[in-house]
Amino acid sequence: MYVIIVGAGKVGLNLSRELIDKGHEVTLLEADRRRYLFVEEELEHVVQYGDATELWVLERAGIQRGDLVVAVTGDDEDNMLVCQVAKEKYECERVIARVNNPRNLQHFKLLGVQPVVSATDLILRLIEHEVPRYGLVHLLALEEERLEIIELEVQAGAPAAGLRVADVRLPEGSLVISVLRAGRGFVPTPDTIVEAGDQVLLVLDAGLEEQITPVFSFAG
Amino acid sequence: MFVLIVGAGRVGSAVAKRALAEGHEVSVLDEDPLSHERLEEIDGQTWEDAGGLFTVGTALEVDALIEAGVQRADVFIASTDGDNTNLTVAQVAQRRFGVGNVVCRVMDPARAAWYAEQGLRTISPTRHAIEMFEQALGLGS
Repeated sequence: MYVIIVGAGKVGLNLSRELIDKGHEVTLLEADRRRYLFVEEELEHVVQYGDATELWVLERAGIQRGDLVVAVTGDDEDNMLVCQVAKEKYECERVIARVNNPRNLQHFKLLGVQPVVSATDLILRLIEHEVPRYGLVHLLALEEERLEIIELEVQAGAPAAGLRVADVRLPEGSLVISVLRAGRGFVPTPDTIVEAGDQVLLVLDAGLEEQITPVFSFAG
Repeated sequence: MFVLIVGAGRVGSAVAKRALAEGHEVSVLDEDPLSHERLEEIDGQTWEDAGGLFTVGTALEVDALIEAGVQRADVFIASTDGDNTNLTVAQVAQRRFGVGNVVCRVMDPARAAWYAEQGLRTISPTRHAIEMFEQALGLGS
């Protein structure tokens, strides 16, 4: 695979090393002269100097035959526009963009740039996962398919606690797919009893969370 | 007409003043509060007294765009000093807020041409400068 990586910061440099190790052909683009010279000592001809938002820089890197463009600079506008041009002008089928400020995610989507990776967003999700008071954790959102997978802790006294899975009253379009109990996960049968303290994983149509949360929470 | 100008540098502020003087409603958005100084003194009045609007904020922040009035803008001008910022916010104004008349400054002539083909109205000062120099040299005539 021929991969063009834009931005030779820590992410871009490490990504280049890994992909080269795996036998891929890589060109790394860096717009900062000093950073370029530093990286060039290690990667030599793999890294090229230039601003990848300029079309000739992408063309010099051989974007016409690129299989994948990965834009990981520290600048969201740059990442967005490099990927937009790669897709729409050069018909590069696959792009991956880094989002520095999660608030810019909407702009990436608006310009049709997907998939995107946001470290800030990932860490936020981990925090939500680690801090139990949030109660509900979004594990996965399949936006095109309008499906989500969420994790909930069953509180003592919640309507679902002590019921068979088959008897838990869930809205149509949702399903319990896994139960985590005492550090172990298993796929429940209709006869599995939901216990307080369990973590349950549900798959659901997007937007049903608000109806589902009360089933596993204690209303007080 | 309601004109929203993002980026109050030399170009943006000059266009803003002229548009206000000609009776249009003009709103200016810039991340630097000091850029307001470029808008001062319209016939001895301050920008606000003359009816101008000014918002401090980053153009990529949707809240700032909304505060500056993007939802009712008839014309949107992206004239910050960054091509990439201009191209991004201009597309946000066009696609997300449906502003009818979006004009975007792009220094890089190659991208100005490509985005123009995609339906974005771009102005490339670099392109104009090249043409002027070519004319001065009598090239291509």
